[in-house]
Amino acid sequence: MKAKIIITPKKAVLDPQGKTVQSALEHMGYTGVTGVHIGKYIEIDLAPGTDKAAAQKALDEAAHKFLSNPVIEDYRLEIE
Amino acid sequence: MNFVVLQFPASNCDQDAVHAIRHLGHSARLLWHKGNSLGDADAVIVPGGFSYGDYLRCGAIARFSPVMQAVKQFADNGGFVLGICNGFQVLTEAHLLPGALVRNRDLQFHCEYIHLKTATADSPFTNQIPAGKLLRVPIAHGEGCYFADEETLAKLKANNQILWQYCDANGNLTDAANPNGALQNIAGICNESRNVAGLMPHPERACELALGSEDGKWIFQSLFAALEARQAAKAA
Repeated sequence: MKAKIIITPKKAVLDPQGKTVQSALEHMGYTGVTGVHIGKYIEIDLAPGTDKAAAQKALDEAAHKFLSNPVIEDYRLEIE
Repeated sequence: MNFVVLQFPASNCDQDAVHAIRHLGHSARLLWHKGNSLGDADAVIVPGGFSYGDYLRCGAIARFSPVMQAVKQFADNGGFVLGICNGFQVLTEAHLLPGALVRNRDLQFHCEYIHLKTATADSPFTNQIPAGKLLRVPIAHGEGCYFADEETLAKLKANNQILWQYCDANGNLTDAANPNGALQNIAGICNESRNVAGLMPHPERACELALGSEDGKWIFQSLFAALEARQAAKAA
């Protein structure tokens, strides 16, 4: 069982990496790119048989208070 | 006065802070982050460095070190806490200061002297800085771009919580003088109660002429004066 947490910078926060990569894509001829946002991907291994709802609740709390910083980042949590 | 300087794994400006405080005639000692108590402390410095290798986010892991509980309690009781560089990042992660520090807008690590304009003398960290005096102090960071949402920024301004801003050699708050893209050229702020402050520049590296500047001493002398005033008020 795995939890996947995708963290992206909030829209209002400067994302110079995203901007630089967007501009590089344009220079390489990839057209139609209107935005690039670079974040983080965290994969967490969970013990077999873990209760999915309980894990969802616990990891949501961890993502909110530790794994992401809600001042500058959004996150999405998926458990599979 | 007794200063406590915290030490996290990969703090690297802790010795500099201790040296600067002692050089300016006061006592300072290091405190390893596993400690639960600050002991006899008049003020706390959260030093610069790369606590926990800047893993996850700068300051994100240090914030959960045992000593930070004691620092929070100390701050809640009105104790003076100053975060420098990584210490500023730790204090924002710990929610002792609002906002966050993100990657410099040019993605470069900046290690250079900058000028600081002091926005208000009304704080324990700025009260001795002569009016109009620009502070020439070094910066050394890759993630020093101050960010806060509009509401927080408006509150910072309304409460005079912005303490220092990057400026040019003539005191103008220009975009060219902003080394990292910080909103409003913000280099340092304090909390609403004005007893906790953080800044990205390094005043502790600029307290003696042999090091190129002694402008940083004004920030520490402000703290000494605030502490002395507090002790005098207590004794009265």
